[in-house]
Amino acid sequence: MKINQLSWMIGGPQGSGVDSGANIFSRACAYGGLYVFGKREYHSNIKGEHSNYVVRVSSNLIRSHLDEIDFLVTFDPETLFRHIHKVVPGGVIIYDVNQENITVDKIPTIDKQANKRIKKFLSEKGVGYSVGDVVNYARDNGILVYGIPYVKLLEGLAEKLGNPQIAKMDVMINVMAVSASLALLKYDFNLVKEAIKYVFKAKKKVADLNIESAKFVYDYVLENFEETNYKLQPVGRDAVDLIIIQGYQASALGKIAGGCRFQSYYPITPASDESVYLEDNAVFDLIGENGSEEKGSIVVVQTEDEIAAITMAIGAGLAGVRASTATSGPGFSLMAEGLGWAGMNEVPVVVTLYQRGGPSTGLPTRHSQEDLLFAVYAGHGEFPRIVYASGDIEEIFYDVAKVFNFAEKYQTPVIHLIDKAMANSIATVKKFDLSRVKIERGALVDVFSDGVYKRFKFTETGISPRVKLGTENAIFWNTGDEHDELGHITEDHEIRTMMVDKRMRKLEIALQEIEDEDKAIVYGDEDSDYAIISWGSTKGAILDAMDMLRSEGYRLKFVQVKLLHPFPKDRVLNLIGNSKFLIDIEHNKTAQFGQIVKREILRDIDYHVLKYNGRPMSLSEVYSALKSILENKANKIQVLNNGD
Amino acid sequence: MAIKIDEIKKLTLEEYKTDVHNDWCPGCGDFGILQSVQLALFELGIPRHKAVVFSGIGCSGKTPHYVNVYGIHTLHGRAVPFAIGAKLANPDLNVIVVGGDGDGLGIGVGHFVSSGRRNVNLTYIVYNNAVYGLTKGQASPTLKLGMKTKSLPKPNINDAVNPIALALVSGYTFIARGYAYDVKHLKEIIKKAILHKGLAFIDVLQPCPTYNDINTKDWYSGKDRIDPVTGKPIPRIYKLEENGYDPYVHNPDDPNEIQQKWIQVVERSLEWGDKIPIGIFYVNEHVSSYEERIQGTIEHYLEKPPAHQKISLSDGRTNVKIDRLLAEFTTRVI
Ligand SMILES: Cc1ncc(C[n+]2csc(CCOP(=O)(O)OP(=O)(O)O)c2C)c(N)n1
Ligand code: SF4
Ligand SMILES: [Mg+2]
Repeated sequence: MKINQLSWMIGGPQGSGVDSGANIFSRACAYGGLYVFGKREYHSNIKGEHSNYVVRVSSNLIRSHLDEIDFLVTFDPETLFRHIHKVVPGGVIIYDVNQENITVDKIPTIDKQANKRIKKFLSEKGVGYSVGDVVNYARDNGILVYGIPYVKLLEGLAEKLGNPQIAKMDVMINVMAVSASLALLKYDFNLVKEAIKYVFKAKKKVADLNIESAKFVYDYVLENFEETNYKLQPVGRDAVDLIIIQGYQASALGKIAGGCRFQSYYPITPASDESVYLEDNAVFDLIGENGSEEKGSIVVVQTEDEIAAITMAIGAGLAGVRASTATSGPGFSLMAEGLGWAGMNEVPVVVTLYQRGGPSTGLPTRHSQEDLLFAVYAGHGEFPRIVYASGDIEEIFYDVAKVFNFAEKYQTPVIHLIDKAMANSIATVKKFDLSRVKIERGALVDVFSDGVYKRFKFTETGISPRVKLGTENAIFWNTGDEHDELGHITEDHEIRTMMVDKRMRKLEIALQEIEDEDKAIVYGDEDSDYAIISWGSTKGAILDAMDMLRSEGYRLKFVQVKLLHPFPKDRVLNLIGNSKFLIDIEHNKTAQFGQIVKREILRDIDYHVLKYNGRPMSLSEVYSALKSILENKANKIQVLNNGD
Repeated sequence: MAIKIDEIKKLTLEEYKTDVHNDWCPGCGDFGILQSVQLALFELGIPRHKAVVFSGIGCSGKTPHYVNVYGIHTLHGRAVPFAIGAKLANPDLNVIVVGGDGDGLGIGVGHFVSSGRRNVNLTYIVYNNAVYGLTKGQASPTLKLGMKTKSLPKPNINDAVNPIALALVSGYTFIARGYAYDVKHLKEIIKKAILHKGLAFIDVLQPCPTYNDINTKDWYSGKDRIDPVTGKPIPRIYKLEENGYDPYVHNPDDPNEIQQKWIQVVERSLEWGDKIPIGIFYVNEHVSSYEERIQGTIEHYLEKPPAHQKISLSDGRTNVKIDRLLAEFTTRVI
């Protein structure tokens, strides 16, 4: 019996409630004190294409997903066909009994390549192409299969409630499937009920009806089906206060807490969720002067394009406001010129860059880390910028205030790199602690009375006192042209050199001032011969894989670099220490981070573990890739390709 | 816009000028526009630190460096979104945007149109010289089809955009045209535009003596058309207000009136050649400004706009209380 150790997947056509189903499941688990980590996969489509959600549950902290599935929860044949090969022996499949005759070829959303792949798998096993064939195959291989008569159950519920309309309400099937799985897991129905209530909180009637149908299925399953090898049970967790949250929400909350009061954006996946969240929560509570209750707010503007988005944010930055924009690759491409203007005029602005698969439109809804070098180099000419990457949802929240601090202290644009995997994952994390959120505004002055104000005054550090537009006695000029201390155009060759040096000097200061812990973090065994180097959302799978490998006696260390530009060479060298082998893990083809590290620390990377198929690395993949390296069986480059 | 003139010490006109060397070509129409902007600020008594001039890129883009108020010389075509960002962050600022016709109606035309939908309270002046001055005279979006200025190798094969009509259909609530050499007239328009609540657009006919040998000062003043009776030129330019033209929308609830106003704007905007109108084409004071619309969802917006909000406590910690927002993510059953 596996207790509180589960890899659970729900799938279905987009628009059928896969998301809300997974949400209900995750919350129900979290309400029981369990840790969850959920990964969402979806197409760039609104209705019909396949989407799925894998949720891992445990009584211990988890940070990544597995390829292997214990529970496959379906209500359409496509999900079954696409994912059957991942279900472990002893695992569970829930499917719709009425669909047994449907074959792979009858499903238009299974494209040619997937059709070929599925049939290849089935024919190799000597299995036919219908749902019934697949179910029999699963049963023969020790998987427990549970056929749920969704339609009949709806009819039963309609009769029970005396409301014939309900028989046709197949929109509830997602919740019924989730509830069936939780019944098989013997999970407390009260927690399921609370989760449904939460997910449909805006619509009480809908919530009530879904609770009725969930309960109906739950009881049906308990009465009619045999036990599984799995169980989920609540654990007491009074000591740690957990929240369950997605990456984009953490970023939005980080902006509110970090003092961002202006956000402009143009809609793009996976970045716009953040802006929509901010717009929805534009007014929030503040602690006033004497501890009194006050209200604060953020202005969110949906612009005509990303050029307007970044330039508006810069305009707000000129007015002294912490301002940002959130975008993804195609939008960031349009922002390059604005970024350079902010660098040239030393205006603090934050670009939250949610990476997705590129180039061009690429994979709009899929994961990648392909924009690192672009973030470091975007824009013509040379100007200072800071590029900073968070590694998980919790980090995102605390990093947001930091990137605004960097922007204001070094008066320059900051690119905060997030990615689709973090944006759309859901996880239980420690409740955010606001006392850890510090606001540092650098050389911003409210009053100026010191003679002639020079916005670009030459100083030792390259940082000049900054005022907001509207400050008395401190008129200044900005221009994208090279300029003098006042901000007027100049082409003088001497001033040019001095100004370039002044601007770039700020990066040296940043490298001196930014705390070591904010530059790069080390995990694991510091004396290990093997040092993993990585950045961004690979962190979760790496740490989880290291835990597994440690229990097998392997020693590994992991250096997570957060400050990617300017590159904290000394810190990274220090953390790598005497390790003999460097293993670079990242989500792109050309090992972009590896290139930077190699160039900076003048040392070759021994192994690259790369993935660029649009799907985040699973714990399973990272574990095997590392193991083959540790066993000295790996090629220099390993390309991972699991997905669905 | 609320300017309390009695509260402030009146400055001299000189104090609105900088000592930066002006490198426009001799005789350029830009000088007249610059003077009009300085005069408007001076006559309205706007404190220098309360005004910001944003500009795009071009000869016109240099304007802010010559005005002694905050001056932000931005990117080609992007002055308007920069300005909107600053204005929404701090609505107390008086924001004027200036730029070329290539800047605003070519590369920046998306912002030109989109801004009309917002009606942010600012004044946008386009220097209409029908050429790309700073890149040596290529055709701008306002150069008429078939025209060949001396800077062009071949006649222009693009049709011209109609800035007045475009502003109208885009939603601008104050639409006017001035003439760079009629400073007295232009400065009055700019003053009215600044005082207008909402987005004001001023199309300024600006001779570029260096590259545009068609729409010259002499051409506008009709030097080629001598009245046989008086022996004087017959000017092409005339003033709308001298013809009893009424640009104001009086009753926004009367669809007939709105329709009639729109028709008259389009009719006048089509006049070119022998008769070219300047003056105020259209004013609709009844449209809510973007700031008022934000106020609709953020009650304290105008009183506590982003630029006036505190973001930390005295010890540097955030002053945000996030509990209410975090409740949504709690794992405790409520
Ligand atoms: C993105 C970009 N493209 C091209 C240019 C080159 N450029 C500089 S000024 C200008 C045209 C200016 O014409 P206009 O806006 O009409 O201003 P004018 O000089 O006539 O006042 C161009 C194309 C630029 N600065 N930026
Ligand atoms: S090129 Fe034309 S617009 Fe530019 S400064 Fe000279 S005259 Fe004026
Ligand atoms: Mg021009």
